[in-house]
Amino acid sequence: MIHFKSYLKGLKSLVGIRSPALALACSFIALGALFKQAGFNLQQSLASSFFTYALPGQLVMTESFLIGASIINIFLSVWLVNFRLYPMTVALVPVLKHKSQPRWKYYLSCHFIAVSSWLIVKDEYKKIDKKFRIDFWMGIGSGTLAAAVFSTYLGYTVSDYLNQNMMIGLAMVNPVYFLCMMIGAMADVKTRIAIISGIILGPLFYLVSPEWSILLAGGIGGTIAFLIKGKNGTI
Amino acid sequence: MELSDNIILIIVVTSVATFISRFLGVLTAEKINEKSTIFSWFNYVAYSILAALIARMIIFPASALQDSSLIIRLFVVSICIAVFIYSKKNLVLPTVLSFVLLTFLA
Repeated sequence: MIHFKSYLKGLKSLVGIRSPALALACSFIALGALFKQAGFNLQQSLASSFFTYALPGQLVMTESFLIGASIINIFLSVWLVNFRLYPMTVALVPVLKHKSQPRWKYYLSCHFIAVSSWLIVKDEYKKIDKKFRIDFWMGIGSGTLAAAVFSTYLGYTVSDYLNQNMMIGLAMVNPVYFLCMMIGAMADVKTRIAIISGIILGPLFYLVSPEWSILLAGGIGGTIAFLIKGKNGTI
Repeated sequence: MELSDNIILIIVVTSVATFISRFLGVLTAEKINEKSTIFSWFNYVAYSILAALIARMIIFPASALQDSSLIIRLFVVSICIAVFIYSKKNLVLPTVLSFVLLTFLA
């Protein structure tokens, strides 16, 4: 049912010098500590990381809860902030597809899509036999999710020992890790244009509309990269 | 409503609101081939969205980073990128460094 060798290969991406484990751990330790301060109990904190597994959305949820926002408001703001997962999923699933694989694997494993796991699989999938790519992806995904849940537990438990400066330090790790991964992903001119225009437009649009800035910047930046002629005049 | 019931409800709502995008993504991808033009568009948009998100996290942070200065953040980011490039793309070194530097500089 699952090609175990490929699954293990995916799981192994959590160790070594390209490991996302540390960056994931830092951000989810900070989240666990934040949950404790916000008045969540341990089970609720772990459930949130397991069932949502998307840091920006979980931050929005906690903030909205603290200011007493309505359920509808929480739903809409989380949906908007996590909508980036839609284009990310569409840009991933086709490369993992194989006719011999059952559809449930795709609908189940899409839950593992998050920035770090996505960047890893986009970096590595070409090395894997197309038939077993979904199993490889399930290894990466379940490993990163497990690391996130465990780190939430860790952060919740050690929250009293973390001072403000350490919380700031922990929050810095994730953006630095993502940025390095992105720089590593800039293999061709078009991807480079997509990434650089996103970096410039994102903060610029934020000044006009904080809620829509990311989607708008990415939509425009990605379209510019798409329209520019690549090698051999291809789009 | 009890506070604890309320927390469970918002966790469920947040998880559903998040999963919708992933689910719709797989649904859309059912008809998309990795060699198609539409796939290529989604691919660049996804990279660009992530880049925009990361730039926003550093320049206009939503987390504890709000309590540090922008100059220090940009300084730490530049050093970490330099370390990443000179260490032949080691990702662990710059991430550890970012934590240590910011904890002491913030």
